[in-house]
Amino acid sequence: MRLTCPHCGPRGLEEFSYRGDATVRRPSLEAPEEDWIAYVYLRDNPCGAHKELWYHGSGCRAWLVVERNTLTHAVHSVNAVSVEDAP
Amino acid sequence: MSRSLFRGLAQAGGRAFRHGGGNGIDTDRQIRFTFDGTSYVGHPGDTLASALLANGVRLVGRSFKYHRPRGLLSAGPEEPNALVELRQGPWREPNTRATVAELFDGLVASSQNRWPSLAVDALGVNGLFSPVFTAGFYYKTFMWPASFWEKVYEPIIRRAAGLGRAAEEADPDRYEKSNAFCDVLVVGAGPAGLSAALAAAQSGVQVILCEQDSLAGGRLRCDATLIDGRPGWMWAQDAERRLSEMPNVRIMTRSCVFARYDGGTYGVLERVSDHLATPQDGQPRQRLWRVVAKQCVVATGGIERPIIFPNNDRPGIMLAASVRTYINRFGVVPGRRVIVYTNNSDGLRTVADLQRAGARVVAIVEASAHPSKAAQDLASRSGAKLFANATIANTFGRLGVTAAVIRDNYGKEHRLGCDLIAVSGGWSPDIALTTHHGTRPVYRDDIAAFVPAPNAANQDLHVAGVASGVMTDRDAFESGLAAGYLAAGKTGCGDGREQTLTSPSVVDEAYDIIPVWHGLDAENMRRAGKAFVDFQNDVTAKDVRLAAQEGFQSVEHLKRYTTLGMATDQGKTANVNALALLAEITGRTIPQTGTTLIRPPVQPVALGALAGAHRGKHFKPHRLPPTHRWAEEQGAVFTDNGLWRRAQWYPRAGESNWLETVNREVQTVRNGVGFCDVTTLGKIDLQGPDVRTFLDRLYVNAWQKLPVGRARYGLMLREDGFVFDDGTTARLSENHYVMTTTTAKAASVMQHLEFCHQCLWPELDVQFISVTDEWAQIAVAGPRSRDVIRQIVDPEFDLSNEAFGYMAAAEVTVYGGINARLFRLSFSGELAYEIAVPARYGDSLARQLMRVGAPYGIAPYGTEALGVMRIEKGHPAGPELNGQTTAHDLGMGRMLSTKKDFIGRRMAQREALTDPARATLVGLQPLLPDAPLVSGAHLLPKGAEATAASDQGWIASSAWSPTVGSWIGLGFLQNGPARLGEVLSVHNPLAGTVTEARVVSSVFVDPEGTRLHG
Repeated sequence: MRLTCPHCGPRGLEEFSYRGDATVRRPSLEAPEEDWIAYVYLRDNPCGAHKELWYHGSGCRAWLVVERNTLTHAVHSVNAVSVEDAP
Repeated sequence: MSRSLFRGLAQAGGRAFRHGGGNGIDTDRQIRFTFDGTSYVGHPGDTLASALLANGVRLVGRSFKYHRPRGLLSAGPEEPNALVELRQGPWREPNTRATVAELFDGLVASSQNRWPSLAVDALGVNGLFSPVFTAGFYYKTFMWPASFWEKVYEPIIRRAAGLGRAAEEADPDRYEKSNAFCDVLVVGAGPAGLSAALAAAQSGVQVILCEQDSLAGGRLRCDATLIDGRPGWMWAQDAERRLSEMPNVRIMTRSCVFARYDGGTYGVLERVSDHLATPQDGQPRQRLWRVVAKQCVVATGGIERPIIFPNNDRPGIMLAASVRTYINRFGVVPGRRVIVYTNNSDGLRTVADLQRAGARVVAIVEASAHPSKAAQDLASRSGAKLFANATIANTFGRLGVTAAVIRDNYGKEHRLGCDLIAVSGGWSPDIALTTHHGTRPVYRDDIAAFVPAPNAANQDLHVAGVASGVMTDRDAFESGLAAGYLAAGKTGCGDGREQTLTSPSVVDEAYDIIPVWHGLDAENMRRAGKAFVDFQNDVTAKDVRLAAQEGFQSVEHLKRYTTLGMATDQGKTANVNALALLAEITGRTIPQTGTTLIRPPVQPVALGALAGAHRGKHFKPHRLPPTHRWAEEQGAVFTDNGLWRRAQWYPRAGESNWLETVNREVQTVRNGVGFCDVTTLGKIDLQGPDVRTFLDRLYVNAWQKLPVGRARYGLMLREDGFVFDDGTTARLSENHYVMTTTTAKAASVMQHLEFCHQCLWPELDVQFISVTDEWAQIAVAGPRSRDVIRQIVDPEFDLSNEAFGYMAAAEVTVYGGINARLFRLSFSGELAYEIAVPARYGDSLARQLMRVGAPYGIAPYGTEALGVMRIEKGHPAGPELNGQTTAHDLGMGRMLSTKKDFIGRRMAQREALTDPARATLVGLQPLLPDAPLVSGAHLLPKGAEATAASDQGWIASSAWSPTVGSWIGLGFLQNGPARLGEVLSVHNPLAGTVTEARVVSSVFVDPEGTRLHG
């Protein structure tokens, strides 16, 4: 598998590490416990399109949002995490 | 032909079965090799298989379960039978296919799975007990009594059904890994692959052409096809030469593309020097390539299938196209009296090749209802008997086929003498690479085969030639050119040259096949006569039928239940036949029955190649702290700490054991001064106006008021509320901080900080970088440490307790101007400093400390003494920060700020994590000081029964404390702090001991901390 890092270009999988769902958002301190449980523990396991966080630890150390199809393994986009994407 | 005649011919100088020159061998030169101790002669260009055939050796192995005599079925990598051991001693390699082992001078090969010899195999009696070995025998026969499995059944089965023997010594050869990048990767250098490579190369893109064979040409070397009026192999040779002259083409022979991974990544195994006696000029034995290609053309050709008939596994029963390969490429005719048995037009080509090579075709057996025109012509020219709508009903010959029974159109049986049966059950496109991404192939009735599914997700993959289901040479050339141009165009990297290549002229006949998979009638299927479907795993038609009867009707179940399609050949010649048979037995069509998907690797890949250079000490390279060489000079004993190699203790002359050494090191620190390299702790340099806010959110405690020149202990949680890491962070100037982490978590803390900054709080103005390797850091500890440090640090810096007290931090200079950082931190509980210098000065700092500390009795101490002293002080480390403990468990619950958000705050508040009944940190001391406490031992109320219900905690760390004069331990105990003074039972079930220990404070030495502040 290869990801095209927006800073470094196309690189092999071994340079990256995976975190998971990029769409979860850290709740506020006052949010109900259910929200925190969901944020920390609950993840969907979609078959198909998925937005994921990847870390380019052996490259530029950027956190990336990868849009990927978990069924076909097609990578649709790779972007540096932005304010809007912030989990 | 009788065996004695074979032996006689074999002795006639190894040329008995050479009919002339083959296009792939050099008959001017001879090379010697041995097989099972007998010496033979072959030619450069031979495989072990072709050389054995040329010498009349037909029996090359014994089958897996029944130990039946087996010969060569094929001439290529699909070979299921001819597995041999190559080479000797540490170079011995088992389960190698004789059909792909290139001959070299001095090759030593031997057969496997036989005892005492190939011709007389005592275990051949397995055949007599064959009812025991039917489908699912692993699951049925040896189930009772259970105790027999390990002691009786398994050893017997392993001896009887083993394959080859692995070498018993480490592999002495080298293996490499390499990367390559191209626009178009072409897999296979047959007519389609060469055409695709030529077309892509003409388009101006970068091309890699991989061929697993030693020679390009594919079937053009194996068949007597005329291309442009010349032998096909000459066309291939020309094409290869033209490609090799183009600067944008790289041809890799002996290179098998064994896997297609995501993102245009391909695994390629290059057998660099397998064909040589020993690797030369420092070359590796094999090289594992990772090829990244924008587009790929798969031109892997096809694999011929056998036909299933009773006793179809005798030596001398061979695939028809492989017979032609031996004749045309290797100049070997594998038999003199031949029966050709085919269900397709391609099989008939064998007749003319055999005749030209001097063999006599005694019969042509066609599966088709009516004799084909081609067969009639061939029969009349060769004098062969022609049987249509006929089958081979049985064969004879103990160690090689000597006769066959043909059942004709009317059911009448004809027994004919023969020494070779050339069988063709039609071609299966080699689609392995096209299914590695989970794309299921589709079945085509007209060619009775599975072909790659057209799939939009495979836009970077193009299939050409037989692999795509086009079955003639003309179509192979044309589909190859088309695929090459298309692939090159899709890369967008071409130079837009005109597409001028056209197919060469070739006389082709259409490929006709009728879907006849076996020569069995209902009676035959029931009878015991073995009709093999999978030769390598000894799976018969009866086994397939039995599996279906017992409910294993899906192909996946059939495979697992019968082991069909497993092992080194992965059922290349068996899978399609098996599922056709299963379809027939279950009354379904082949598409309804389905097919298994093929996973990587396409061919066996040695673990040595996958490991590459990463073996021995290179598997896990050591990180060495800057004082390592100096520590070696001191005679230190080292220990591995993750990747780091650290000094564990520094033995001195006269010390009789490690404990004596460690006790002396501890006492040196407690009474004088010692030092220890702590470079391995993670160091992160943070700068920016928002660093303190950042720290506030990372650590549980408060950071807003940390003044410049001070350090503070900090505790980090994970978002789930459990402790992540701890360390100190010092403020060097207004916006400049340096954080330390534990050695183990240095990388994950860095990643965590990156996540928090980039994903959670990008608005914070913070920059940070890991400086672990940039700074050598040494802890100098003990009541005399200030005296030592005073002589290291330049005199203008005031080191008095008032100016530089406990937890002070400063940028200083040492030895007249070398930048350094000084921290008044203590892990040992003594007056102590940590001094950091640029890593290149680490070695000389250690030497200077020894020199200036000599008057104070300075000595280095290792990780063991470090550990003893931190346990004496109750400082948590790895065993306590094990990912399952909370700040509350560690007695640090009150550190959690209630005035700010920080990572883990909310989840740490959960009821279960703050329950006072949780096991929390306590000190433990045995009632008898000399009774060892062992980490991992369980803590139970005194006298309680040793059950899980009464388990109330555990010992995390323990050591002999020379300061206390007793064993001491840190442990976690339910309601720990409330139980000071209680005596517990300490159970160590591993050693079977029960001792008693008292609950005490976790700080064993200087609980008031007066020494720290001295």
